[in-house]
Amino acid sequence: MEGELLTTATQIWPDTKGHFGPYGGRYVPETLVAPLEELERAYEEARRDPNFQRELDSLLKNFAGRPTPLQFASRLTEHLGGPRIYIKREDLLHTGAHKINNCLGQGLLAVRMGKRRVIAETGAGQHGVATATVAARLGLACVVYMGTEDMERQRLNVFRMRLLGAEVVGVNSGSRTLKDAINEAMRDWVTNVRTTHYLLGSVLGAHPYPAMVRDFQRVIGVEARAQILEAEGHLPDLLVACVGGGSNAIGLFHAFLDDPNVKLLGVEAGGRGTTLGEHAARLAAAAGYSGARPGVLQGTYSYVLQTPDGQIAATHSVSAGLDYPAIGPEHAWLADRHRAEYTAVSDDAAVAAARTLARMEGIIPALESAHALAELIVRAPKMPRDSVVILNLSGRGDKDMEILARYL
Amino acid sequence: MAHATTTMTNPSRISRRFAGLRRTGELGLVAYLTAGDPSLAASEQFVLALAEAGADVIELGVPFSDPVADGPVIQRASERALRGGTTLAGVLLLVKSLRAKTDVPLVLFSYFNPVLQMGLERFGDAAKAAGADGVLITDLTPEEAGAYRAVMSSRGLDTIFLAAPTSTDERLALIAKSSSGFLYLISRTGVTGAKDQLADELPALARRVRRFTELPIAVGFGISLPEHVAALAGLADAAVVGSALVEEIERAGTVEAGAEALAARVRLLKGAGVAGMSRREPRA
Repeated sequence: MEGELLTTATQIWPDTKGHFGPYGGRYVPETLVAPLEELERAYEEARRDPNFQRELDSLLKNFAGRPTPLQFASRLTEHLGGPRIYIKREDLLHTGAHKINNCLGQGLLAVRMGKRRVIAETGAGQHGVATATVAARLGLACVVYMGTEDMERQRLNVFRMRLLGAEVVGVNSGSRTLKDAINEAMRDWVTNVRTTHYLLGSVLGAHPYPAMVRDFQRVIGVEARAQILEAEGHLPDLLVACVGGGSNAIGLFHAFLDDPNVKLLGVEAGGRGTTLGEHAARLAAAAGYSGARPGVLQGTYSYVLQTPDGQIAATHSVSAGLDYPAIGPEHAWLADRHRAEYTAVSDDAAVAAARTLARMEGIIPALESAHALAELIVRAPKMPRDSVVILNLSGRGDKDMEILARYL
Repeated sequence: MAHATTTMTNPSRISRRFAGLRRTGELGLVAYLTAGDPSLAASEQFVLALAEAGADVIELGVPFSDPVADGPVIQRASERALRGGTTLAGVLLLVKSLRAKTDVPLVLFSYFNPVLQMGLERFGDAAKAAGADGVLITDLTPEEAGAYRAVMSSRGLDTIFLAAPTSTDERLALIAKSSSGFLYLISRTGVTGAKDQLADELPALARRVRRFTELPIAVGFGISLPEHVAALAGLADAAVVGSALVEEIERAGTVEAGAEALAARVRLLKGAGVAGMSRREPRA
């Protein structure tokens, strides 16, 4: 049964209603159902339209800078004394992170649907910057919602968005982070739904977002697969990526889902402790992180950090992009079926990993991506030297300099 | 499930109330407040005052940490209620206490997650035992509501679904088929909150929904003034007032003052909906 599911995974998930096993679906106020159906139809048409694909490919290549390199990290490999480590350099994309892949796809879709205004949420600011960038490139009005705590810790990205012509709206409710920014973006969308496309930044939210965003990020793994076959002549043994909502991870994993010998490892934010409120680890119960159960948040059914009576819990991470109480539904489904493994690393380990990569490879990673590296640093010494790992470096660390400076 | 047969054959308290309103040609008034704002004890007094003043149905909002369908007024009320320690279990105790004191129909109005975490069956049993009459889940549409509807209807609880200006005819048919007690029509695209004027498109929308259902239609979102209520006469069976009442609670210095303000507001609105006000429609 399990083997059968694995071999056909990419063909059958999600189902026509957006379910990944029990997860996913569409849990939204009625006002948003028709627009989601419209989006689903438009996306289905677009993905079958060679012109759309051509236009997207051209923007990905000439505007965003694809394909990104798959770099053999020789000094890091030597330093850790384990597997041969390759780094997928999404940090080299225009705007500095993988987010632009999805923004270009959805931006073109907004144009196709005749929506002249896009809105977005942002945590670390990377998705907000990518959305503002694409909106400018395509001539769309753009409003980005951002928690005021995140605006403070990611100030440079706020300046970038404003320079690009976007309006950045601070969100002061709740934890003043990514979750609250999504709430506010949903409220905007429900109000301006006829003129506005909600350019959601991760594999979260109601159907079709988790599947659509995954498809737009899938290019990461498709490229990496061809590149590693070229470099090594065989598939890798392990893929490692950080997981907030989970778009860079699913983007890397997806092209390898049907390769059972390729292990998939998602690394969540372990924050400063394992008790509820101190971390943002939704699928790392095996590593001791408590408080996550399946539930409904912001349109989708997945693992959610919450209190026993169903209120969404506060989260903590040094990395704004991972500081979110729910995880993309496809990840929950991959975890249930043991196709992917999920764990978490602490703030301190992520910061230390960022420093290691800077000194070993001359790359300053985003704190989000540094989480993936931190776990690899723990595991690599125990892995055979002839094994091969791909680490997804989802973003660069310029935006995190002020936080990193505090640790220097 | 044994008690399903007895409860299903009797019309619900909600249905009886709307049948009475249709007989007298009176526009009903559905009053929303967030349970536990600022405390469950205060909510009890507020509900009794609302019922006494003539509210036909009470919606008790279950506070949720992430109320995406709500505007700032109800967001603040939810925060106050949660800070006071309100839980779904506590709201069910409030229902039980109220049911001993009033016959007004009570609807539990919640986001899905708190209900899901209690468990659908446990929630259905507890809501029925406490004396609730219906349930409305803001972020649950008929497509995802199969198990929910089965559990609630087997316990004789009405399941109220929302229709919106963006709902297609196909969806309106599905929403009508899935609803019992009444159908809640959202007057405009947007979140909850008082507005000066009703949407121009509302009369046409209400008539479109009417084509799909014989159920009573209650119109909500943005209704706060007597002229809003009067404008609904002939278009709908009831007006839903929420944020305007929650604002009264927010403004009031004491529970007593809040109860008085709520009662006054309900009398004013109810008066505008009583037969005799000529049918008026918003400017086209």
